[in-house]
Formats: sequence, C-alpha cells, structure tokens
Amino acid sequence: MPDTPATGNLADKLPSALFPRLSATALVAVLIAIILIGLLLIPVLLVIYVAFQDPNTGALTLNNFRDFFSSSLFRESFWNSFYVSAMSVVIATAIALPLAYITTRFNFAGSILIQSLGFIPLIMPPFVGAVAMQLIFGRNGTVNLLLRDSFGFTIPFMDGLNGVILVQSIHYFPFILINLSASLRNIDRSMEEAAQNLGSHGMRLFRRIVFPLAMPGYIAGAALVFIKVFDDLGTPLLLNVNNMLAPQAFLRISSIGISDPMGYVISFILVMFSIFSLWASFLFMRGKDYATVQKGGGGLSRRDLKLGEKILAYGVVLLILAFVLSPHIGLTLLAFGTIWSFAPLPDGYTLKNFVTMWQTSGQYISNTILYAGLAALADVIIGTAIAYIVLRTRIFGRKALDYLATAALAVPGVVLGIGYLRLFHGIEVPFVGKPMASWWVIIALALMIRRLPYALRACTAALQQVSVALEEAAENLGATKGRTIRRVVIPLMTAGILAGFVTSFATAAVELSATIMLVSSDADAPLAYGIYLFMQTPSGRGAGAALGLVAVLIVGLGTFISQLIVERDKKYRMNGQDQ
Amino acid sequence: MNDSTQLEAPAVAKNGDMKQRMVGIEIENLHLSFGQTEVLSGVDLTIEPGEFFAFLGPSGSGKSTLLRAIAGFGPRPRGMIRIGGRDVIDLPPWKRNVGMVFQSYALWPHLSVRENVAFGLRELRFPRAEIGPRVDAALDLVGLRDLADRMPNQLSGGQQQRIALARTVVVEPQVLLLDEPLSNLDANLRVQMRRELLALQRKLGLTTIFVTHDQEEANTTSDRMAVLDGGVIQQVGTPQQLYDAPCNLFVAGFLGTANILEGRVERDGEAVRFVTTTGEALPIAEAEPGRGSIVLRPQNITLTTDGGPGTIAGEVVHREFLGSQIRYIVQAAGAEIIVDQSHSVGTDWQEIGAKVSLRINARTAVVIPRGHGA
Ligand SMILES: Nc1ncnc2c1ncn2[C@@H]1O[C@H](COP(=O)(O)OP(=O)(O)O)[C@@H](O)[C@H]1O
Ligand SMILES: [Mg+2]
Repeated sequence: MPDTPATGNLADKLPSALFPRLSATALVAVLIAIILIGLLLIPVLLVIYVAFQDPNTGALTLNNFRDFFSSSLFRESFWNSFYVSAMSVVIATAIALPLAYITTRFNFAGSILIQSLGFIPLIMPPFVGAVAMQLIFGRNGTVNLLLRDSFGFTIPFMDGLNGVILVQSIHYFPFILINLSASLRNIDRSMEEAAQNLGSHGMRLFRRIVFPLAMPGYIAGAALVFIKVFDDLGTPLLLNVNNMLAPQAFLRISSIGISDPMGYVISFILVMFSIFSLWASFLFMRGKDYATVQKGGGGLSRRDLKLGEKILAYGVVLLILAFVLSPHIGLTLLAFGTIWSFAPLPDGYTLKNFVTMWQTSGQYISNTILYAGLAALADVIIGTAIAYIVLRTRIFGRKALDYLATAALAVPGVVLGIGYLRLFHGIEVPFVGKPMASWWVIIALALMIRRLPYALRACTAALQQVSVALEEAAENLGATKGRTIRRVVIPLMTAGILAGFVTSFATAAVELSATIMLVSSDADAPLAYGIYLFMQTPSGRGAGAALGLVAVLIVGLGTFISQLIVERDKKYRMNGQDQ
Repeated sequence: MNDSTQLEAPAVAKNGDMKQRMVGIEIENLHLSFGQTEVLSGVDLTIEPGEFFAFLGPSGSGKSTLLRAIAGFGPRPRGMIRIGGRDVIDLPPWKRNVGMVFQSYALWPHLSVRENVAFGLRELRFPRAEIGPRVDAALDLVGLRDLADRMPNQLSGGQQQRIALARTVVVEPQVLLLDEPLSNLDANLRVQMRRELLALQRKLGLTTIFVTHDQEEANTTSDRMAVLDGGVIQQVGTPQQLYDAPCNLFVAGFLGTANILEGRVERDGEAVRFVTTTGEALPIAEAEPGRGSIVLRPQNITLTTDGGPGTIAGEVVHREFLGSQIRYIVQAAGAEIIVDQSHSVGTDWQEIGAKVSLRINARTAVVIPRGHGA
C-alpha cells in the first residue's frame, strides 16, 4: 500500500487528539485526576514552593534554607531525625534478623509466636504506647526501679532520643521481619546446595550467597522503616522530644503561624528524604528479582535445633515478645490503674478511667468514625475506579493516575497538613461561614488521600483476580460497559474492596500526623488527637490510655476482620475452582 | 568450539591427568527414608571410571534422591557409598568433590556469569592469578566466553545450562552429576545439548551420572543405565540390553512400546511355545516352562493376510501413519496389540476392519516368568 501523505494522517488525528470524545470511564479518570492533583499534588508543590519564597516579598530565594541551617536548633533537629531513623533501622534489624533467621532456617515449634510477633505491634499506633513505655522503661519506670533496687544501676532506655528509637523500632520492626522472611523464603534450596557442592559452607556460604539474595527484601523493609520514623510526628511529640524535624515543623506552624517559612523548609526536607530513600531502595532493587524458588522445590533447607539451641531460640523469641508486648501491657495497666508514678506497678486498679473517657470522649469517637468512615469509603471508590482504569482500559495516562495515588505514601502527614492549611486558609466554605482550612471535612480529605494507597492496593489485587473472560462473557451477552462493571466486576471484587475499606478505616482512625495540624477545635477532633490531649497531663493519662485501648481495639478488630474477609474469599474461590 | 584454543587453557590442559584420575562409584545396600517413608530400598550399583551412566525412571521413582545422596544432600542414608574407593557417606557435601548440575541450574542471580564460575575456585582458595584463566577456559569449553559479564537473568535457558556446567567442571570434580539437565529446554535444543554434553563428557573423561525420565535421552547418551522404580533398581545394563532383554514387565513397558500377553511357556520336545490365556500358541526360541508374560515389540510382529500355524488371527481396529512406519492396533488374543510395519512408497495398507494374521519373530520375543514386576 502506498504511503498516504503525512499531512493527511495528521489532519485525521488532530481533532480527536484535541477534543477527545470522553467515555464515562474517561470522565471518571479525569475526575480522579482532578481530585489527586488538587488534594495531593498542589498542596505538596505549594509547600515546596513556599519553602523557596521570601515570606515578605514572595520572591524566590534560598534564604529560608540559609536561615534553617544557620540555626543550631534546626541543625540539631535535622541530625536528630536522621540519627533516630538510622538507629531505629539498626534496632529493628537487630530484632527482626534473628526472628527471620530462626523461622526460615530451623524447624522451630515457636514459629507461631514469631508470626504473631509480626503483627502485634502493627495494631497499635506507636504514639499510643509511647507514654506507657515511659512508665515501664523510663528513668523511674518499672524496669529501672527494679534494676536500681536490685543492682543499683539503671539503663536510659527512654531518655530523650533513646525513647523515640525504642518505641519506633518496636513498632516498625515487622516491616523488616516480613520483607526479610519473605525473601529468605524465596531462596531456592538449590542456591545453597550449589554453593555447598562447590565447597562452601557455614558463615562463608551465608555471607556470599544467602545474605546477598535476601538483601533486596531487607532493603525494602529498612527503607520503609527509615521513612516512617523520619516522618513521624506523633511519637516524638508524645514523648516530649521536640528537637526533631517533624515536631519542629508542627511547633513552628502551630505557634508562629502558617506564614513562618521554617515549617515549609522542614517539609521540603522531609519530602526529599522520603523520595530519596524510596529512590535509593528502588535503584538498589532494580533488576534484582531474586525470588528463585522453583515449582515443587522447597526454600532453604531447615534443620532441627539441638536442645541448647532450642532453649536459646525460645529465650530470644520470648525476650523480644516481652519487649514488643510492653506497650500493650503498659497501656492496659495505665488504663486500669489508679495512680502510677515512681512505682513498678500502679497503686491500685479501677474502672474510673473508662468512665472519664466515656464521658469526655464520645465526641472524639464519633468524629473518628465519621472521618475515617468517609475517608475509607472514598478510598475504595477511587481505588476501585483507578484499579479498573489501569487494568482494564487503555486510557491515556492511566499509569500516572496509579503512581500519583501511590505517591501519597511518600508524603509525610505533616507536609500534607501544612499544605492543606496553606492552600485552604483563604478559602471560605459557602454556608458554613468559616475558612476551609478549619472545616472538619478537610481532615477527612487528608485521611482519604493518606490512606488511598492501601485501598488502591487491595482493590487492584481484587480486580486482578476477576478474569477478563467473565467480563467479556457479560458484554458478549449484551451488557453495556457500565452494567458489566456494576453487575459483574464489582460483586466479584466485593471481598477485596471490603478488606481495603477496613484497612483504610482502621489506619485512618489512628492517624495523627496530618490530623494534629488540621484540627482547629476540640469539638472537631478525632480519637488520635484526643489521646494526644489526654496524655499532655499526668492526670489525663489514665483516660488517655483507656481511649488508646479503644484505638487498639478498632485497629485490631479491623485487621482481624480484613484478614477474615481475605481468607474466606480465598477459600470460596478455591472451592469454586474445585467444582 | 575450537579445540586448539581449549587445549592451551589450564582447565583442560590437565586433560591427560584427569583421565588417570577417573574414579568409579560403588553403592551397596543403600536405604534412605524421609521420615517414615522409605524412598530408596537396598540400592546396589557399581559405576565404572569414566562411564556415562544414566538413572532412568518415572517421576517419583527416587532418581534425584539417589543422585543427591551421592552428592551428600538429603537425609543421611544407611549403607555404603564409595567414590574412588573412599567411603563418603559421612562426608558433608562440601568435602566430596563431586560436581552437580541442578535441574533448575541454580545460577546465583546476584553474581555475574564470571563470578558464578569463579565461585568454586575462590572457595578452594585458588590464587587470584589463576582464577581468571581457569574461568576463561571453562567458559571456552562451553563456548560462552563472550557472555562472561552478563547476569544470569540475561541468559537463555540453554546458555544458563552451559554456564551451570562450566561452573561445575571448572573445579575439576571427580564425578559429574546431572539432574534432568535438559528438562527445562525446548525440544530442539534438548537434542543439541545432549550431544554437546556427551562430547564434553568424552573430552573430560569425567565419570558422569545423568538423571532423566526420558528414555530417548538415556538411550542416546549413556554407556549404561539403571532403571529405577519405587526406589528400587530394576535393571542395569546398556540401552540395547535393557531394550532387548528386559528382566521384568516394568522395564519392558518403560523402554519403548511393548505388547504384553499373559500365558504359559510349554515345552514339547525341541519346540518351545508360549500359549496365551486365550489359547493362541506362539513359537518362541527358548524359555523355562511355567506361567509368565511374553513381551512383543511392535516392529517384531508381521502383519499378514494368510494365516497358518504359529500365527494369531485378529482384526485391525485403528491405524496411524507415522511416516517411516504405519502403526496398527489389532484386536487379537483378547488384547489390543500394537503392530508397526515399515512404510515405503507402494506398501499396501490394511484397512480398518480387515481380518489379518499376526506372525511374531520367535527370536525376539522375551518371556518374563510370573512374579517379575507388575
Ligand atoms: N524432601 C522430601 N521429603 C519427603 N519426601 C520426599 C522429599 N523429596 C523427595 N521425596 C519423595 O521421594 C520420592 C522420590 O523422589 P525423587 O527422588 O525426587 O524422584 P524423581 O527424581 O525420580 O522424580 C518421591 O516419592 C518423593 O515424593
Ligand atoms: Mg527428580
């Protein structure tokens, strides 16, 4: 066929490229893009922009950064944040490595214990347990009182930065444990055997073969821990450690106001570190899909433990278990205790804290259910839509939509909070008569954006399990696209969507970083903020702990339910395949 | 591959020595269990120095388990394994000096091709200056020196296979063990690779054990082979021996196509006959009288239209044209008997439904006395 002149082709294409006929799905895509750009991209870019702006003239400048680095407090905060994050990775590794090693290399009956170790910390937000940890490991806490009485010395577990490091690593080590165990489990036995066959064994084999193969999983987990700790606001705030970046940003904005540039400079640094860590771990892992397990082949060979080794293994596991459970135990004691100060245990036990909590916190709890519920609902709707657009359509820019939604993971809550304050403070909400920045809906929106990646992942996984053939069958029978989605795709995805909802809800319910910036009055505050307020005074701690238990209950129940849904759905599908 | 360059290379320069160092393997009364399940039961086997030996058997018959026991992997077996006269049963894998190529190749994905191949030399504490040339020589041996700096995931299946081989032979093991080395390759490559493997084995003179479930692979490569079933060695011999004179029904059925008829051997003076349960009498060469089964290879049966004594009457029920042969399924003697007739231009075809007679080649029929195999 002869080439048609290029101009003819172009002329054919131009109008449709300029005025695309928008199908319903494309319309939805555009809508979601607007939401993501407006509520995620613009606030973050605005924060970065303001960091480079002269607060008085509005001109672009690097002066803010010069001011930042010439202040010894900020330099110290920067260094502290870095140090705390790095040390948390180290301590979390020290906790996770033996656990991962024991479960993957040995036949160990206590592996169940280790599995529960992997999720117990995750059901309690770190800031909730922080004060309880102080009462157990603090200078005058249970452990040090006992140590002082018996041996005459104390260990500064919770002094200053140590406290943040301890609380964070106990909370976040499961990220390393889960990733590291998974990649150890994915190493095929033949990898090890081939090395033995060539004369290698013991530590040399571990160093040259096993460890490098497990490295990508470890790095993924470690990078996550680093970012989470670097960005976290709640824990240092509750431990009253203010000389770190996130608390400084919060304090500057809340005490000086949103025109103070330091909060923005800090935000910029936080975002850069997030992106940098993700990018570095991505670079490191590129081309390193080391999952080598073969069909039918086992993971690394496991051997039985000798008696001495078994005792040692149980010792290590139980010690770590005790550490990991200590925030939970401390919180429970605090919630049921009368007065607990300068004593290994509370003076007496009571239910009064729960009564106080109930009388004063009804508002917090109902606010939480409202905000987290709305956020999670919006998350699964948007998540399902994005999953569908990415997996089932060829709409231009669909990948970008996915990336943008996922990018919320790299945006610290403090930064999003500051961005919203800045972006919405000048906008009046019609009929309500206050600035949008202090309207409760903004809290729900922030939660929605922050938890969208979780819901998106669940919805994508759910949709991947719905075979395209089923959809085509429906379309083949005359159903329109929209009907097919509503009648076939969504019902089949229900379990996955539900699991996504529960996860988003449970984690949104205990979010503090963004919330704390956006709460403008106690009446609008959710539970996490309530805990923060209670914990500010010694007399409020009991009720705060009681509220904390409610939070743990919500997250624990949420985790359990979503697990249940996923498991039942899996079973249901398996049965379906058998028949 | 270019022979002259290889002969200069260190790894192969010792070729002469290697032939002198060729070792045999003796296995005596080997038992191996996973927990309560016995997977190898009383294996006795002698493999000669320099031999290309195959373990052939269906999936789950214990081939890999036996091979891995020789390399020192898996549960500790009872019995005796000697390599080059040395009892190795209590030696850990890294002290046995046997090279094993894994079914999955097991190239380490975090190391380049060169680093993979150099691994064993480094473990053996070879001087740095020697490692490079030896690695190059090993890569030359498999013809892939230009891929030295690739990562394993950038190689095709056949290339990975060759690198795995190079990685194993570079340390000059006493014995080479190959666990289904060709099973992950596509059909064409498989034929090519098995020839290369054999050529390499001949060049290095390495005592080699090759595990496969594919009889064609075993037949075309091995000097001798052992047929395994249910963790027991059924028969050991050259491929022809096993095909022509299977010692039991399993071997008969596993190697090639076999028609098996039940009946008894009867001697009538000089004449020996096999009488099937349906009463057909077939003249055979020599066998002990008694109950048993007769094994008839499809190509050793002639299809005729004229009957007569010593033939079996039947009816063609199915026909397949295989190119060089025509395969008939004939209903006769209460069974469906497979008969292959060679085909060339102008050969007559028997139609389906045709009444035919089967004449067997008496010398080729093998009788297996009752109680020898399923
Ligand atoms: N690690 C193991 N644990 C328990 N049983 C095993 C293990 N490996 C192999 N087996 C069993 O041993 C038998 C022989 O296996 P294998 O040697 O792999 O057979 P082949 O290589 O001939 O296919 C099989 O029945 C298999 O199920
Ligand atoms: Mg096998």
